[in-house]
Amino acid sequence: MLDFLASVGSVFFAFLTSTGRLAIFAGTALSHCFRPPFYPRLILRQIIDIGYYSLPVVGLTAIFTGMVLALQTYTGFSRFAAESAVSTVVVLSVTRELGPVIAGLMVAGRIGAAIAAELGTMKVTDQIDALSTLSTNPFKYLIVPRLIAGLVTLPVLVLVADIIGVFGGFIVGTYKLGFNPGMYLSRTVDYLQANDVISGLVKAGAFGFVVALMGCYHGYHSKGGAQGVGAATTHAVVSASIMILLCNYLLTALLFANR
Amino acid sequence: MSGPKISVRGLRKSFGRKVVLDGIDIDVGRQESLVIIGGSGTGKSVLIKCIIGLIQPDAGSIKLDGQEVADLGRGDREKTMQKFGMLFQGGALFDSLPVWENVAFGLIQGRGMDRAAAKEIAIRKLAQVGLGAEVGELSPSELSGGMQKRVALARAIAAEPEIVIFDEPTTGLDPIMSDVINELIVKCVKELGITAISITHDMASARKISDRIAMIYKGKIIWTGATAEIDRSGNEYVDQFIHGRATGPIQMEVRAL
Repeated sequence: MLDFLASVGSVFFAFLTSTGRLAIFAGTALSHCFRPPFYPRLILRQIIDIGYYSLPVVGLTAIFTGMVLALQTYTGFSRFAAESAVSTVVVLSVTRELGPVIAGLMVAGRIGAAIAAELGTMKVTDQIDALSTLSTNPFKYLIVPRLIAGLVTLPVLVLVADIIGVFGGFIVGTYKLGFNPGMYLSRTVDYLQANDVISGLVKAGAFGFVVALMGCYHGYHSKGGAQGVGAATTHAVVSASIMILLCNYLLTALLFANR
Repeated sequence: MSGPKISVRGLRKSFGRKVVLDGIDIDVGRQESLVIIGGSGTGKSVLIKCIIGLIQPDAGSIKLDGQEVADLGRGDREKTMQKFGMLFQGGALFDSLPVWENVAFGLIQGRGMDRAAAKEIAIRKLAQVGLGAEVGELSPSELSGGMQKRVALARAIAAEPEIVIFDEPTTGLDPIMSDVINELIVKCVKELGITAISITHDMASARKISDRIAMIYKGKIIWTGATAEIDRSGNEYVDQFIHGRATGPIQMEVRAL
């Protein structure tokens, strides 16, 4: 019994320790965001890496999500003669929920893993220590550009995903389900409020930050050669995905539930 | 100024329950080349990382030009780091940047120098280590191990530091390339008038590049003396190490505790 309690306790303490470490890491990184020197060229390169090169994968997931959403909603809603609500359901689901979450998860897989692998390799080959000896702060040079890029690019990606997702629903709605294109679009716009889109974009910014943060944190603290880098990559993706879903619930519950 | 360049007293560092440095006392004179020898896992790397400021020691004093640096905050420590250059064991070149930008990195990012001017200096430094300007345009992954070490050496001296630290400069190189690197180190130390600290377990290299040798064992300095005296140290640990004997007072720990 005591053994059992001890193991529960040690797991709990380990959890608290890593949470604390992550909080300190995030705090340090944030404080460096506001102190010079800044590296605008590096930020720009990260924006291109995170944003531009993620467009195909995010666009593809968005269009299929929009399409399947239209199909499923139609199936369900036609049972009580509410087919006309399909376009509204599609646009609200995509902008408020599925756009940010699915884009966030795809970017977590693509970018969180890449960041963790790159920083992890730099760590285990002493490149991060080398930065310090060359009078360059690794936080400012490596981590801040990635965090800023994550924060600003994901909302843009999600805006694109929203448009493509709605378009996917539109294609299925008009070509397969026989809606009138004009009616479908006007219903899409009629019931959409600015807040629906904005809430999604705020979530996206938070998700982008979380993905970059988890990638940086696990990469920066990886040790022990190739195996360590592999473990860091896995942890980065898994923890970023869980954090996205957790933040998604919290943000929705706290900020946007009543509107 | 008189007095040693670097003075370390009672330096201690533990990781968890494992004591790595157990009260290190050592001085390094101005423009002296000190080599620290010792087996794997005896704390050599941790010692130099403490001196350069990459690791915060638990206790003890590190004086640089008579000024205490061990207890400095992060920001001030970064300033003292500018006095150092370091050649890392694996080279630690940035693989995302071309060779010349690696060499010029400290000048461009650290000192805010103009890129064109920094490139000129980088090419001059590459020439000092026997590499042509065309190498500067290659990426580090295209270079052989020996060339990577040379580039890393050029990078370590590019910002003209007062102290250069060499972490196992000849590990993984063939004997001839090892000797080339040794000669480059001797040349750089002499020409630039720098203070050098090297760690190695390559005795040929240690004899060639050092003025003085110190041996570290179980987190303590157990012997120091001029290079010429190492063969008559009268210390059985040193004798066992420099002759590479498996039997003697030093027992290999099979498992790191």
